[in-house]
Amino acid sequence: MLPEIGQFALALALAIAVVQAAVPLVGAARNNVMWMRSARYSAFAQLLMVAIAYGCLTSAFISNDFSVQYVAGNSNSLLPLYYRITAVWGGHEGSLLLWVLMLAGWGVAVAVFSRHLPLDMSARVLGVLGLVSVGFLSFMIFTSNPFVRLFPVPMEGHDLNPMLQDPGMIYHPPLLYMGYVGFSVAFAFAIAALLSGRLDATWARWSRPWTTLAWVSLTCGIGLGSWWAYYELGWGGWWFWDPVENASFMPWLTGTALIHSLAVTEKRGTFRSWTVLLAIITFGLTLLGAFLVRSGVITSVHAFATDPERGVFILAFFAVTIGLSLALYAWRAPSVGLGGGFGAWSRETLLLVNNVLLVVAAAVVLLGTVYPLAMDALGAGKISVGPPYFDSVFAPLMLPLAALVAIGPLVRWKQDLPTRTWQQMRMTAIAALAAAAVWPLFYAHWSPYVSLALFTGLWIVLAIGLELRQRTGLRPASLARLRPSYVGMHAAHLGLALLVMGVAMVKAYEVERDVRLAPGESVEIAGYNFTFDGTYPLPGPNYMADRGTVHVTRGDDTIATLHPEKRTYASKRGMPMTKASLDRGLLRDLYVSLGDPLENGAWVIRVYYKPYIGWLWAGCIFMALGGLLAASDRRYRVRATEPAAVKGKVAMGRI
Amino acid sequence: MTPRKRRLMFVAGALAALGVATTLVLNAFEDNLVFYYTPSELQSGKAPASRSVRIGGLVEAGSLQRESGSTLVHFRVTDTAVSLPVTYEGILPDLFREGQGVVAEGRLGNDGTFQARQVLAKHDENYKAVEVTEALERAKPRAATLSN
Repeated sequence: MLPEIGQFALALALAIAVVQAAVPLVGAARNNVMWMRSARYSAFAQLLMVAIAYGCLTSAFISNDFSVQYVAGNSNSLLPLYYRITAVWGGHEGSLLLWVLMLAGWGVAVAVFSRHLPLDMSARVLGVLGLVSVGFLSFMIFTSNPFVRLFPVPMEGHDLNPMLQDPGMIYHPPLLYMGYVGFSVAFAFAIAALLSGRLDATWARWSRPWTTLAWVSLTCGIGLGSWWAYYELGWGGWWFWDPVENASFMPWLTGTALIHSLAVTEKRGTFRSWTVLLAIITFGLTLLGAFLVRSGVITSVHAFATDPERGVFILAFFAVTIGLSLALYAWRAPSVGLGGGFGAWSRETLLLVNNVLLVVAAAVVLLGTVYPLAMDALGAGKISVGPPYFDSVFAPLMLPLAALVAIGPLVRWKQDLPTRTWQQMRMTAIAALAAAAVWPLFYAHWSPYVSLALFTGLWIVLAIGLELRQRTGLRPASLARLRPSYVGMHAAHLGLALLVMGVAMVKAYEVERDVRLAPGESVEIAGYNFTFDGTYPLPGPNYMADRGTVHVTRGDDTIATLHPEKRTYASKRGMPMTKASLDRGLLRDLYVSLGDPLENGAWVIRVYYKPYIGWLWAGCIFMALGGLLAASDRRYRVRATEPAAVKGKVAMGRI
Repeated sequence: MTPRKRRLMFVAGALAALGVATTLVLNAFEDNLVFYYTPSELQSGKAPASRSVRIGGLVEAGSLQRESGSTLVHFRVTDTAVSLPVTYEGILPDLFREGQGVVAEGRLGNDGTFQARQVLAKHDENYKAVEVTEALERAKPRAATLSN
């Protein structure tokens, strides 16, 4: 019975989404207050319906209702309860339902927190969100219904893919989707602004916290995914330039550009039409991501089973949405105007370069991701683009960007002098350069590239210190009075610095060895001694494991005892699964995983030394915290109707 | 600075960045394109010897051998018409099985053995790499003539 209720709720949600899209948009065009007000209620009703559907699917998982095809394909009665709950988003249909739930949730959040917006603006934003919902809900109902029944009912479910049976799986997809879907809100604000012709600093201020929150979620989602891949997949890699990783990374890059461009639009009223275009592009890239993941055109860890119909639907949805948005843009943008002027050396210029670099980086990733698909579609043969392509193209784009992050915040808006900037920054530059030259000497070899990356990272850190000193004299009272958005910016930049340094160090000095070890044998890498003590069997709830014991020592010190596992999942016809074991540290991780069993209790064992890898996740956390701080700034919640604030801002924007 | 001049600067800046990026991209792209061949195509000498290529097919049943005392493994990849010997040093993926699909990246050695640098197997039992399916499809006519 419950699956039918869920099915019905989904259909109702689609009907409500159509109403949410049509009525407020028409109402805004005709200035009908009642129609515009209806947007909020539709948003609430839509969320309620989608939540009911989601609850029904979850309850089917909890009660092991294998008459539902999706449950039978992704669950098993031996699966622990918490994985049965997370298995809801373990496959294509359920993850799409989660996606729609997030979308409806963002809609309600906008309805609740946008009371200070003019009615026509909030009505249009919610209307556009309704349109996006219509697209995704019909995609789900017509091509990927999670409530399809199965007859005859199987006795047992097929089980969740063992790779997804991990705590990381609980957080990674919801956060990632929250980020993906959040950019729909930025898109809705952009389209609403184009429709109303109100593309000014005020609009940017309304849109900023939403865009930042979406970016924070996407940052967390990508970071968690990378962390999960690192310890779960047993390869010890943290980024593979896999098409699906790229699919989430492209909107992150343009989203980062969008955050910065919105800052310029808010503070200075410039970059307006560019900002709108970026919002459209970012949303387009999230749709493209959905297409890549769900159409089965790519071979990947993440790709869901193939169904051409789905690919065609999303591609059509993508073409219509982006085509219409760009047409609207082409029609409205020329009337927007250019906004305030700025000098050749000013913060605007540097942010412009930041935007160009980020967008070029996104384009580079897009080329590498889509080119093989295009070649295949054109019948030009199968090719793939190797990770070295991305590595070698990405570093030269990111290092100048990191240097900009150090310089930018110290350069004035509108007009500054390069000589003034140089005088301010030369001490920090020299100090960073000296430290960066010496730091790698403590490691295996010295390399100019590592030093260069470390230099940009250290320079960012020192420049933040310099800026804080100039502004507050480092007095605690003044530091405490700093605006959250300002502190957030520096926190996020500090995160980038950690990330850059971490990537440089781990890429240059990691040691990866696959060795054959019999019980009692040992291997030494990077000064650490790994002694293998053999394996013993260990049963789990729905698997059997061989659990290994590896003692790690350095000189006379005992560092850690690691227990990597090789699990076999009976429900998946003996599908094996590698569970790595790590000793984490501030300056390095030690990583051990079991490969294949050999004769006489010997195993092929993977032993890794990963210096500074923790800095990657720390960097992501700082970036996300910075974004949260920035979005929490009080000025975003000031009522638009307060005359002084608005006039001041608008006037500034029109300089 | 006039709006006109500013726009010009924007365009010039964008073009310069685009130019640099294009050069970088094309250089790196050229070197890192990995073409895909079936075992039949590889054996008939269609693949360039100087580049890394990908092959796809099924792991021949009973062909997996492990060299004792090292991490070197030998197996054969077949598209049902031609079976190609492959060597690989390291840990095979969890889902690597005899009789199942596999994709390997590496070079064809002078002795006709494919030296794999990377071995990819499917991620789920329901899932078959597109490359593998295609290799089997392409080899079908040839396999049919061989068995006649």
